[in-house]
Amino acid sequence: MTYFVDRRLNPKDKSLSNRRRFLKRVRSQIKKAVEEAVRDRGIADVDRSKKVSVPTEGVSEPSFRNGRETGRHERVYTGNKSFQTGDRISKPPSGSGGGGGKEGANEGEGEDEFYFALSREELLDYFFDDLELPDLVKETLAEISKTKPSRAGYSVLGSPANLSVSRTMRNAYGRRIGLKRPKKAEQEQLETEIEELEALETSGKKEKDRLLFLREEHQKVVRRRRSIAYIDPLDVRYNYFVQEPEPNANAVMFCLMDVSASMGEREKDLAKRFFMLLHLFLKRRYDRTDIVFIRHTHDASEVDEETFFYSRQTGGTVVSTALVKMKEIIAERYSPADWNIYAAQASDGENWSGDSDICATLLSEDLMRMCQYFAYVEIIGEDETLIMNSEASGMELWEAYRRVSEQWPNFAQKRVSKPGDIYPVFRELFARDKVGTNHG
Amino acid sequence: MVRKTKATRKKPIFEQVDWDFDTLHRAFDAIEEIARDDLELDYYPNQIEIISSEQMLDAYSSIGMPLMYHHWSFGKHFLGHERLYRKGARGLAYEIVINSNPCISYCLEENTMPLQALVMAHAAFGHNHFFKNNHLFQQWTDADGILDYLDYARKFIARCEERHGVGEVEAVLDAAHALMNYGVFRHRRPRQMSVKEADAQRRERLEALEQSAYYLANTMPTPAGASPDETELSLRKQEMQLPEENLLYFLEKYSLILKPWQRETLAIVRTISQYFYPQKQTKVMNEGCACFVHYHIVNKLYEDGKMTDGAMLEILHSHTNVVAQSDFDDPRYSGINPYALGFAMMEDIKRICIDPDEEDREWFPYIAGKEDWRGVLKDAWANFRDESFIQQYLSPKVMRRFHMFALADEVKERHHTVTGIHDELGYRHVRDVLARNHDYATLEPDIQVVDADLLGDRCLHLKAVRCNGIGLDKSSREATLTHVEKLWGYKVDLQEVDALN
Repeated sequence: MTYFVDRRLNPKDKSLSNRRRFLKRVRSQIKKAVEEAVRDRGIADVDRSKKVSVPTEGVSEPSFRNGRETGRHERVYTGNKSFQTGDRISKPPSGSGGGGGKEGANEGEGEDEFYFALSREELLDYFFDDLELPDLVKETLAEISKTKPSRAGYSVLGSPANLSVSRTMRNAYGRRIGLKRPKKAEQEQLETEIEELEALETSGKKEKDRLLFLREEHQKVVRRRRSIAYIDPLDVRYNYFVQEPEPNANAVMFCLMDVSASMGEREKDLAKRFFMLLHLFLKRRYDRTDIVFIRHTHDASEVDEETFFYSRQTGGTVVSTALVKMKEIIAERYSPADWNIYAAQASDGENWSGDSDICATLLSEDLMRMCQYFAYVEIIGEDETLIMNSEASGMELWEAYRRVSEQWPNFAQKRVSKPGDIYPVFRELFARDKVGTNHG
Repeated sequence: MVRKTKATRKKPIFEQVDWDFDTLHRAFDAIEEIARDDLELDYYPNQIEIISSEQMLDAYSSIGMPLMYHHWSFGKHFLGHERLYRKGARGLAYEIVINSNPCISYCLEENTMPLQALVMAHAAFGHNHFFKNNHLFQQWTDADGILDYLDYARKFIARCEERHGVGEVEAVLDAAHALMNYGVFRHRRPRQMSVKEADAQRRERLEALEQSAYYLANTMPTPAGASPDETELSLRKQEMQLPEENLLYFLEKYSLILKPWQRETLAIVRTISQYFYPQKQTKVMNEGCACFVHYHIVNKLYEDGKMTDGAMLEILHSHTNVVAQSDFDDPRYSGINPYALGFAMMEDIKRICIDPDEEDREWFPYIAGKEDWRGVLKDAWANFRDESFIQQYLSPKVMRRFHMFALADEVKERHHTVTGIHDELGYRHVRDVLARNHDYATLEPDIQVVDADLLGDRCLHLKAVRCNGIGLDKSSREATLTHVEKLWGYKVDLQEVDALN
């Protein structure tokens, strides 16, 4: 017999595992694509989905096929207009794709690249992979913002816990007035009057009539009160809530970077990842995150993202100028009362001699009071890691910052030579956040 | 006017655009009535499944089968289809139908009610009848067992992955997929076993293989200088049943390096390939049959007043889209549309039966004027494949309608030559060429195993026969040979020879 089966509710993504396998296979290409995304994209939109193209070589499925370079091919085509048997049609010059592309297209060949789109989750996955993030952090970062119930008027349905007493009572009151439900006082007044009349020793006709009338009246009132409920199911209203993204306060993120000539392509790339990670974190926690880019050489200025990462400036290096600039901007636009202030600073560790102490003072006395978190990375060459493996020793700026970090728990500093080193800078930040959400 | 009064007498089966299961049932019954009593089709019981677009994409990418083992290439196809679909560059098929018993048709949930009716007539009766009756399907495929087999295959591959690692299994599958088209017995019928028998045999074989030391290990090296003479050579070939065109079968059987599970994996790929072999050879007929059936059924429904004008218009719109054939110089041209050619030929056969003219009597004396067009069509559906069907039934009328012409391309020369057009002189030539274009054997290179000296250098000798001087595609040739070498374990030598004619 015939069956109709509704399969729509079957688990979706049956081929998810195939998809994963494919992605694994083209891992190196995807990594390249993700790196490209990191390089080309603004800090705020790393986590958009991304189109990836993969050269067909790695993922081709070869089989024996007839070649087109030799032999005699004869085919039937449709739509003859003016050809006669024996007509000769000269071939298009070789290399132009041949005959309107129909021949190549027949076999499904001729595509050098295979395109597909990487979803946001997959993209982040690869991004995090580079940064060697722990899984727990990955999850919390990839997760879209949390929701919180917020009031959205009233509804006639709901759970008893959400009963809105005042609205219910108001409706009931209106209905009682509308239907002219006798009040309790009216009934009582009738009752006392009846009692008074009954209590009379002698009663004339007039009183008896009055009593009958009152009794009748009383009964009517009682009946009416009984039939018109004090609170009817119709009156009941519940508070209605909708799930809204958790309204977080605003955050501003300051990106500070040394752009003097000593910061090369590699250093800037690492710095960018560092900023991106902090931004992802902030984006998850806060509704609105502003980013302020401050670059500095011997002089600091606020610039847009493009200039920040891609234009060069010559000059010495005076780190304190950036901190002063940051302080100015905070005073101007981001009052610490309204904004959560985060700062991330990247530099190669060089500084004008004598300036580092000024930096430390600026931080300890002013900025750290206003900042939620201040992360500093010193980007060093891969070979330098071997020499500078001790936390305790370093250049002047490093030494100065060490004093700050001893004083302020929300100051983090780290030397970074490869993407995997970046996460530990934020470790504390994420750890703290975990505790925070547990409480919340 | 007559139709109008008729229509008012009978109530249409459905008037709404959206479908629900009740309406589907009613429509199905009405369609079945026509398929059974009017067309007298013979079909497997039907199972119609409604799926979402996501699931349709899933089904697409695992070569249309509901159960399939996992492999990255399916993921690649999924991503490719998905991208085109999301971009809006390509719509999804309205249905996918599986040659199984019961015959499963997948219908897309987004189809409107008229489309669902069309799709049911097309797949559940048209294709279904074809699957059950065409001799190729009867001979080569096993509609009763295919779902069981696929289930077994998926579990087997999954178990191998657990045991030997995904990478190992993937490597074997990659190589096997490359040879998938050469995993088919073209001429001899593979031995048929019930699923149970096959299962038992498989288990037995695996156990035996795992226990026994391979015979090669016991063989003494051949004394130096003693080369096998002619008789020995032919004996060897005879023993291995060479030449052998089923490369996968040969590798499965004689490769010296494969482990039992790898052999079984090859057998799985080969079986699935064999299952699809008839479908590749009957595209035009299969679609032609299905289109003819749905067209007949919906028209009948409309005549009987069971279909509203609006529904009929929508169906006709889809129908004409499906059977459209663009001209060779049209940018949309991508070869001859099997739906268009098949449908045109089926309709033409019916016309020749009912209303033949002089030309038809001359070309098709055996069917012209035969009243029983149903019988003629069913006979054609049962006993031909694309190549022979075109050779037998393509009429001058259809050639003229499509303005067909044959074009020869001698690669060495600087021009194409028109070798025949739709005129008195060209009909037969065009028909021959078109038939050859649909002959699966000429579309793919002819490659055979000719020799393998297991006790000597162990080199596997393959021979590719060049037809019309067409050699193998160079880039894919090397890549595919690497896969063969992976499975064979030793040197592989591929010679290209010209065909004798």
